Amino acid sequence: MNKKEPFFHIVKRDALPWYQSVGVRAIAIVLALVLCGILTTITTGIDPIEVYKSIFAGAFGTERKTWITLQNLSILLLIALALTPAFKMKFWNIGGEGQVLIGGLAAGACMICLGDKLPNPVLIPVMVLASIAAGAFWGFIPAFFKAKWNTNETLSTLMMNYIATQLVAFYTIVWEVPKGSGKIGIINQNSNAGWLPQIFGSKYLLSIVVAVVVTLLMYIYLNYSKHGYEISVVGESENTAKYVGIKVEKVIVRTMILSGAICGLAGLLLVGGINHTITTTLAGGQGFTGVLVSWMAKFNPLTMVFSSFLIIFMDRGAGEISTAFGLNHSYADILTGIILFFIIGCEFFISYKLQFRKKAEKEVQ
Amino acid sequence: MKKRVLSLITVLAMTVGMLAGCGGSSDKASADTKTDAESTTTEGEASLADVKVGFIFLHDENSTYDLNFMNAAKEACEKLGVEYMTKTNIPEGQECYEAACELADAGCNFIFADSFGHEDYMIEAAKEYPEVQFSHATGTKAHTENLDNFHNAFASIYDGRYLAGIAAGMKLNEMIDNGDITAEQAKIGYVGAFTYAEVISGYTSFFLGARSVCPTATMDVTFTGSWYDETAEKEGANKLIQDGCVLISQHADSMGAPTACETAGVPNVSYNGSTESACPNTFLVSSRVNWEPYFEYAINCVANGEAIDADWTGTLATGSVELSTLGSAVAEGTQEAIDEAKAKIESGELHVFDTSTFTVEGQELTSYQADVDTDADYTPDHEVVSDGYFHESEYRSAPYFNVNIDGINLLDTAF
Repeated sequence: MNKKEPFFHIVKRDALPWYQSVGVRAIAIVLALVLCGILTTITTGIDPIEVYKSIFAGAFGTERKTWITLQNLSILLLIALALTPAFKMKFWNIGGEGQVLIGGLAAGACMICLGDKLPNPVLIPVMVLASIAAGAFWGFIPAFFKAKWNTNETLSTLMMNYIATQLVAFYTIVWEVPKGSGKIGIINQNSNAGWLPQIFGSKYLLSIVVAVVVTLLMYIYLNYSKHGYEISVVGESENTAKYVGIKVEKVIVRTMILSGAICGLAGLLLVGGINHTITTTLAGGQGFTGVLVSWMAKFNPLTMVFSSFLIIFMDRGAGEISTAFGLNHSYADILTGIILFFIIGCEFFISYKLQFRKKAEKEVQ
Repeated sequence: MKKRVLSLITVLAMTVGMLAGCGGSSDKASADTKTDAESTTTEGEASLADVKVGFIFLHDENSTYDLNFMNAAKEACEKLGVEYMTKTNIPEGQECYEAACELADAGCNFIFADSFGHEDYMIEAAKEYPEVQFSHATGTKAHTENLDNFHNAFASIYDGRYLAGIAAGMKLNEMIDNGDITAEQAKIGYVGAFTYAEVISGYTSFFLGARSVCPTATMDVTFTGSWYDETAEKEGANKLIQDGCVLISQHADSMGAPTACETAGVPNVSYNGSTESACPNTFLVSSRVNWEPYFEYAINCVANGEAIDADWTGTLATGSVELSTLGSAVAEGTQEAIDEAKAKIESGELHVFDTSTFTVEGQELTSYQADVDTDADYTPDHEVVSDGYFHESEYRSAPYFNVNIDGINLLDTAF
């Protein structure tokens, strides 16, 4: 009797050429869309093509929708970019949420306390400095403890989120309007003091420009600078880094300051440029979604544009399908979940391949 | 928050999707945002056909507060036969401005937002679209913004709270008569959201209603610091019950307090709508604002090219303030007592905030400067006590009664 061969083997692949790996991902997305379509038809009876159309319309249906999509994309991208150097260094910074909030709180504090004292050309640079410094400080604290006493950064960055949220909650009560209402509302609605300027007459463009610039700088920083090299060496192996004379503690602290500073910048844009208020839900979970974006893109800033686009695109579409079909928002979250599942799952097929038992040979005999 | 959940439950979402597929229960998918084109022709009002309404809701139908608005929106638009669009789950931030602008871009000429924190963003949108009418529920700024196309609306819900309070007072009397509690133990518990005028006005009117029939009633109030936090509301109610409160009411939007009461067997006076189906043994009555009359009024104004009031306050007479049908747990004679008080309120004989019925630090309130015009320093700007009563919701539609009266004990005022 022949030794029974298993039906298939899992074999590690050589590195795929880029067009094949893109192809695998494309197939994954198509399969995900087909599955979503089938589920949509079964559960709601709505034509899935109509649903996809309206998701697209939600993101790009009008000029304004397109701008909003790009703006939201920019903020998520910025936060993901901020987290990337830390993650590349294998420093699990899940404190993006808190770093964004504290940056936003600093900007909001400047607008409320200095709004009627300083003219905008002075106030805005003060806000920029305050937000970036606050974010950087929020990143510095867990990094310092990690470098000095090797504390667990996952816990400490996570806990810093709660501290930031409670600080914002506290100041919301201090600055609430009207009394007792638990909300600050738009800050300086009539004087527009501390509102970041509109560039080229568009209120959406500023965040987009900032995100583009930071993306390019981050790409260069990670791939072509000495700092970037040190980050990857520390990420690969701390011992190697020590061996070749890299001061690991210094790299950790420096990288986390950078990470926090960019989060603070995102907070500034959210408060000074977009919402003009500060609430505990300002970051809206993007500090965590940013982790996903960064991982899905394998820490490549340029690829991150696509992974954050996918999430924002589905999120914008979610609102539209609830308006168009009366479907709950959660429905779009389910669709997004399925698509993400396929995309993350397809990474397996990029790294490995299945080798099936060779049936054909046997049948010939 | 939504996004965090999203990123964490990627796999779970898959399972949910499959379960939904197996269950096949998808009655939610009814297209209630669809237009109602055929009924426009039967209306005969040519101008109504030009009206398209956009609604912005803070949550979706799972929140009792938003559901109350959604039902009214549907009812009014179907009755008048106008086209409408809804946007749900719009947070109180720039998203509200974007949603309002998107609705305006989509051709809506009357846009309404339902949550207090939406107001500033609606004002921003109103400035950008001067030809579109914007209305906002519970807001405070329309009378000072001087925008022709931005309006506030609310209702004299304190009347409804007062009447609901009578049901509570009758129940307390019944408990005293049965010997379940002594007259001194007639303590009500109240779960509030924030120490904001709307909440203070609500619990005070409720308390005055209860005390009008049960003179020994007192009340403890706790605050959750959120308009919707099921866990905090449930815990708040449980804490009040443990502290000896024998009847609970609430001003917060989840089922937290009513379910806590049902579990503990403590009578509950609800808000936003009847909770009898979930709490059959303890539900007494619920007051709510019916928004349908306002929507009808505003849509007709837009259709006829008339100006909408900057501040519109619905009343019992307009049908804006409603009581639900009474629960089976109410005391005997409750309906009669409520009807009697209701008739007196409508005739103007009875004022809820009659200054002879309460004291503040032992003194009768003879003068009070309220912060009617919203500003960051909470500057008091209007004398609101005259003719022997506090003139609530007269200088603007949103409540501004924020006096702490004797007999009500605030347990925590952190929020």
